[in-house]
Amino acid sequence: MSISHDVKRYPGLRPLTAVFFLYLYAPLAVIVVYSFNANRVAGVWTGFSLKWYGSALDNAALVNALKTSLTVAAIATAVSTLIALSAALAIIRGKNLRFRKLSETIVNLPLLLPEIVLAVATLILFSLLDIQNGMLRLVVAHAAFCTPFAFLPIRARLQGMSLDLEEASADLYADRWTTFRRVTLPLIFPGVFSGAMLAFLISMDDFITSNLLATGGSTTLPVYIFSLIRAGTSPELNAIATLLILASLVLATVALLVAARGAREDAEP
Amino acid sequence: MTQPHSTGAQKAIEVKSVSKSFGAYQALKSVSFDIGSNEFFTMLGPSGCGKTTLLRMLAGFESPDSGSILLNGKEVVAIPPHRRRVNTVFQSYALFPHMTLEQNVAYGLENLGWEQARIKNRVGEMLERVHMGPMARRRPAQLSGGQRQRIALARALAPEPEVLLLDEPLSALDLKLRQAMRDELRTLQRDTGITFVFVTHDQEEALDMSDRIAVLGGGEVQQIGTPTEIYEEPVNRFVADFVGETNFLEVEVLETAGGEATIRTPFGLSITVPATGPTARGRATLSVRPEKINLGNQAQGLIFEGRIVNKNYMGGYTHYTLDVSGTELRASRRNASREGDTIPLGATVPVGFVAGSARVLAA
Amino acid sequence: MTDSALHAPAETEHAPRARFWHDLSFWGLLPSRLLMGFALILPIFIIAAVSLATRGAHGGFAWDLNLAGYRQILFNEGWTGELEFTPQYLLIIGRTFLLAGATTVICLLFAVPVAYFISRQPPGRKAALVYLVTLPFWVSMILRVYAWMIILGKDGTLPRLLETLGFPAGMSFMFNDGATLTAMVYTAMPLMVLPVFASIEKLDGTLIEASHDLYGDRWVTLRRVILPLTAPGLTAGAILVFVPSLGAVLEPTLMGGGKQMMMGSLIQLQFGGGRNWPFGAAIAMTLMALVMIFLIVTSLRAARREVAP
Repeated sequence: MSISHDVKRYPGLRPLTAVFFLYLYAPLAVIVVYSFNANRVAGVWTGFSLKWYGSALDNAALVNALKTSLTVAAIATAVSTLIALSAALAIIRGKNLRFRKLSETIVNLPLLLPEIVLAVATLILFSLLDIQNGMLRLVVAHAAFCTPFAFLPIRARLQGMSLDLEEASADLYADRWTTFRRVTLPLIFPGVFSGAMLAFLISMDDFITSNLLATGGSTTLPVYIFSLIRAGTSPELNAIATLLILASLVLATVALLVAARGAREDAEP
Repeated sequence: MTQPHSTGAQKAIEVKSVSKSFGAYQALKSVSFDIGSNEFFTMLGPSGCGKTTLLRMLAGFESPDSGSILLNGKEVVAIPPHRRRVNTVFQSYALFPHMTLEQNVAYGLENLGWEQARIKNRVGEMLERVHMGPMARRRPAQLSGGQRQRIALARALAPEPEVLLLDEPLSALDLKLRQAMRDELRTLQRDTGITFVFVTHDQEEALDMSDRIAVLGGGEVQQIGTPTEIYEEPVNRFVADFVGETNFLEVEVLETAGGEATIRTPFGLSITVPATGPTARGRATLSVRPEKINLGNQAQGLIFEGRIVNKNYMGGYTHYTLDVSGTELRASRRNASREGDTIPLGATVPVGFVAGSARVLAA
Repeated sequence: MTDSALHAPAETEHAPRARFWHDLSFWGLLPSRLLMGFALILPIFIIAAVSLATRGAHGGFAWDLNLAGYRQILFNEGWTGELEFTPQYLLIIGRTFLLAGATTVICLLFAVPVAYFISRQPPGRKAALVYLVTLPFWVSMILRVYAWMIILGKDGTLPRLLETLGFPAGMSFMFNDGATLTAMVYTAMPLMVLPVFASIEKLDGTLIEASHDLYGDRWVTLRRVILPLTAPGLTAGAILVFVPSLGAVLEPTLMGGGKQMMMGSLIQLQFGGGRNWPFGAAIAMTLMALVMIFLIVTSLRAARREVAP
């Protein structure tokens, strides 16, 4: 038997990591398990049942909240991704740009401030301007705080892309628009996609801002779930949560696979 | 067949008093020269000499602060890169990673508005020419350095540019491949008849491939000439030092007449050697290449004595460092036979060089 | 072949080209400046003004400038206008910092060994483990808090488990700072592991071997090589966890119950029912100022570390 001194190995890390992942996933597993419990009291297992899924899917308020969330997230994602893309192009590729650092800070501003502060500040603004349309309020506020999340991956990708490629394109008779369409955009696409996914996720997930800005007709999913939780835990809520966890995991996997593909394409042997 | 001096009407490129500064740094100081059609022209110099800036100006990525650049007689400073019939082989190759090799080569042709059928033919022809035909559908990431180099060449040559610009294209390749690519590039240039403008800091590459070389230093053209002119007749200390190895000796000019100067060497001998530039009486520098200095029984021309203080055996030849009356001289000697490397360290041997092989430069 | 069209009119194109890039800088940044100006910077100025306004009779506020909002953080105003010092809001501010700090420290204590372990795995397994760390982050935050409610709450998983082990029935672990902290740590954990992993991953393994070669044991190596070299990543993770934790709303609201408030839930309360906007605005300004001070201090310290050799 050979003796090996792997000095980079620290004892006890493997069980610790195992416990860590258990800690990360057990709470989610609890929700999923409870959602199949026939008993109304979630903690008491009386048998397997899918009935809570039936009542969850029949819940019109839930479906409406989902629609609101998806609409707000879709618009906010589109707006924030476009704004982030144009800001990233200007900041990374723009020449003679003064105050580059400041311009970048402005885009990233929502990351630097506590969300609750921004949320109440926006609430005051909207009430002063008498903007009562809940959807409009949500879209504007979401677009603002989603922008830095869309910006960071796009910026990183653009920064990592050699200027040589755009120059080679110009050298090969492509005008600026052709170069953007055929070289720049395809090459930064994984960044744009990750940015959009992140923006979508952040918008879908938002509670603090939406809770303050939403009006009667524009309850988003997290706000609706909050009201359900407030009304007391219920097996139906567990079913809803399970469905949402499932959707999140699928979305996350797709996003990560696309990002991984982008990384693989870049890899040079 | 190739004209060493492009004095004829056929000038592919004219650079006229081009200056460029980046902030406080003056990259080019009123540079002027012409490049002839069908010429393999090399811009040689250390990093920071302005050669890459000049190349980027020819491509259109930079514009001069003042001066003008003519391409086939037409002013191009105002023309953006995508409208110049000039193509570049980038140092990094800059192959589009998201396109196949075919698509990379077709890209320029598509932007020129060629018909699909013509593009297809041309792409096939170019890929064959660089021996990459069977790999047409691969992507750049799957290629070796040498293969990428070939695709970059095919892509840049496909649109039949008036001038091909090459920005240190061999620097990323290993030694053996570099030698092979030199020959391939030279052949390609002869076959296509396209003007090549080649940028390098490698003097061997420049000497080997070029019709003419412009040596750049400190943002100025130091000398333009054929490889032999540059090596054998350097006009100043910078060129003599940057291209090849040489010995510099502090000498005193006693008399000048008709391109020759009579000088006194540090070890007391007076000789008459070729001189370049305005050499007045007084202090000057004598440049003698190590291989022009002969040792032992090979010593000829002007002969004096030196002691071997160091030697480096290199196989094909041996480098000697000599002490000649307190002055250090380097000499190299080809080991033509098994007995080539026989001069022992510490020996005092006859040392000589032919006056015509040395040059007096302005101090 | 000569495409003469390509040489065509170019007289005026050079100057506009430079201008185009200049324009790109301007037009490219315009949308973000408009959006942030309208939805962020303007509201911050307004809330700063509101924090100095007077509470309206029926919610909202009136433009009658004074410091009542800030005064209320420290003093209670009696019927006759006398000021009485009340520590209740200071306690909330203190709890906010304590819980956010505790969250950061606990996350760090977990993240460093776990990230180190992951970084030593073969590439395939490493990618899988990183993916598994990221995954819960994609699950809605409110659901991640909710999960702990059904674990710790009355009739929850943990009380039931303890009951079968012979502990008294009907225990609840909810509605205290511990419950809030549990949820805060859980929601913040991925934010800590990822930057810490990124910096440990970049650590050159031969440095660890060099340390051992020079007679350092594992503990010395950890303390004198690994931690100093990964400090930027640890700091980044700490900021990423600490700042949002200061503004936590969901965790104290759901887990802490009505009494165990943090600054975030206090602010929300003032605006939720339209109860006292100037006071809420004053708390919000205080929170923002504290966050800003923290960020400025950390970035100054980071800058100083970079300057030092």
